[in-house]
Amino acid sequence: MKMNAMSLFFRFIFLPFFLLTAGFAQAQLSIEITGAGANRIPVTIVDFPGDPAASRVITSTVRADLERSGLFKLVDHNGLALDENAPINHADWKGRGADALAAGSIARSADGRMEARFRLYDTQKGVSLGGAAYVTNATQLRAAGHRIADFIYEKLTGEKGVFSTRIAYVVKARGQFLLQIADSDGQNAATALTSTEPIISPVWSPDGGRLAYVSFEKKKPVIYVHSLASGQRHIVANFKGSNSAPGWSPDGRKLAVVLSKDGFSQLYSVNADGSGLQRITQSSGIDTEPRYSADGGTIYFTSDRGGSPQVYQIGANGGDARRVTYEGSYNVSPRPSPDGKSLAFISRREGRFQLAVMDLASRQVQVVSDSNKDESPSFAPNSRMILIATEVGGRGVLSAVSSDGRIKQRLTVAAGDVREPAWGPYFQ
Amino acid sequence: MKKLLIPALLAALLVGCSTTPLPEDSNGAPVESRSGSSSTGVAPVTAGGLDASGLPRELTDPKSKLSQRSIYFDLDSYEVKGDYKDLVASHAKYLVANKGFKVLLQGNTDERGSREYNLALGQKRAEAVKRSLTLLGVTEAQIESVSLGEEKPKDAGHDEAAWSQNRRADILYKAADGRGEF
Repeated sequence: MKMNAMSLFFRFIFLPFFLLTAGFAQAQLSIEITGAGANRIPVTIVDFPGDPAASRVITSTVRADLERSGLFKLVDHNGLALDENAPINHADWKGRGADALAAGSIARSADGRMEARFRLYDTQKGVSLGGAAYVTNATQLRAAGHRIADFIYEKLTGEKGVFSTRIAYVVKARGQFLLQIADSDGQNAATALTSTEPIISPVWSPDGGRLAYVSFEKKKPVIYVHSLASGQRHIVANFKGSNSAPGWSPDGRKLAVVLSKDGFSQLYSVNADGSGLQRITQSSGIDTEPRYSADGGTIYFTSDRGGSPQVYQIGANGGDARRVTYEGSYNVSPRPSPDGKSLAFISRREGRFQLAVMDLASRQVQVVSDSNKDESPSFAPNSRMILIATEVGGRGVLSAVSSDGRIKQRLTVAAGDVREPAWGPYFQ
Repeated sequence: MKKLLIPALLAALLVGCSTTPLPEDSNGAPVESRSGSSSTGVAPVTAGGLDASGLPRELTDPKSKLSQRSIYFDLDSYEVKGDYKDLVASHAKYLVANKGFKVLLQGNTDERGSREYNLALGQKRAEAVKRSLTLLGVTEAQIESVSLGEEKPKDAGHDEAAWSQNRRADILYKAADGRGEF
């Protein structure tokens, strides 16, 4: 069954779409798949009877999500529509090469909203794998599609899907910096902050409601926490010197930050409201890019204490630091995976800055990108994909790479540079 | 560094007009042929010896050493080079004599590598300039050292010529009355 991954590489470009962001610069985000998994599960998503326009939105969202993940191969449904209670000829679908099939329907619920019902079948075993119904406003049909795709993904792969998650990133266009939020497929982008000064290092609060980031609007780096729904934001750290590199604690109560108020850049922790500042590291060099481990007990960070920038680990309240990376002279931007099993970081190898992943149990390191200006890795909440900023043709783009390096997607904004990605938590 | 450029240009204009005598035949010459960059032939002067930024002219006049505000660093270096010793000493002397003045030291790096690590490296450059100033008697309260990392390149290019311009620390001034460059 082992197939050559190269032979399965394919290119699929979703049509660009326009974003309407209240008076701000518009940005087009498109996704291109440049690599896929070796063993893709063949699946059919038939059309859902009911409102044809709504059905089209939902089924096309489900199909695009599954295809983009690189783990599924769509088997043609030949224009067939089947609702979730229709009898399924399993042998026939199996014969057409589909291992699984989803059927469903769209109806208007009593309160005028749309209800999407569906059921997933295993055609090999001829059984139902379960189903669900999602009620949404007519304007959020895509969200229902993402929920269905998450259900299918989880049933067929055994891992939670991340199609319903959101991403944050910074677009630089026409001299402006836009902090944007979009669905994981790049659609529904909205601008949370516009500034004429740089914005870097956005990170999602664990509840998905807030972003912490660094803004240069005061002619120096200052850390803010920004509530997305209300647009309200407050300063978390604006001490004398530079304030940067925020990282949330897993309980969402604290941030690890980097301050230069006592000299060189050092790690501190601070409550999300800016109170309770505590120093974590005491070194004579640079300590930066802190990220709490998934259990909150330790912090991974970058330090030049050994002469070159390397990844270290320290207790969340300080103590002795332990060196984590050894290969090469430049290993930075550590990001522990949410499942606690691996560590993504950027490694400089022969002048190329590449995404590397360390298995924390075996300490084995694998370079998983084939680009050479990678920055700012960010894990999907299921730990399977890593979003990075990189460069293609001199332009900043985002790239999502599977932690084994096999699956690759590229997200580009037609009108400008896109950088500083942050993958949000699971939909709550 | 637009902020630095505008006062510098303004000062250049002032100097140019005040030191260059008008041509002798200018009285009878048509207006269009009048030389100089100002079409009116009148140099704008701000009373009190302050330029548009509200800073004393000795900080902005291109003929004054104190108008030189940038210190360039070698690749992977975070030490103030000997070439800049006199420049730093001039600024230190000014700040010691004018305790009401404050400076913002902004460290910068080239674009290669992690943005946050570069922010920390830019901080090292700002701290190096700060250390040179405090060793010459400038008080801590007069100085804030910050980093802009790779975020505000002076030269947007992607080669060594551009990068060498971006490995830099800039000195911005603010007067006691709060007017100035930051």
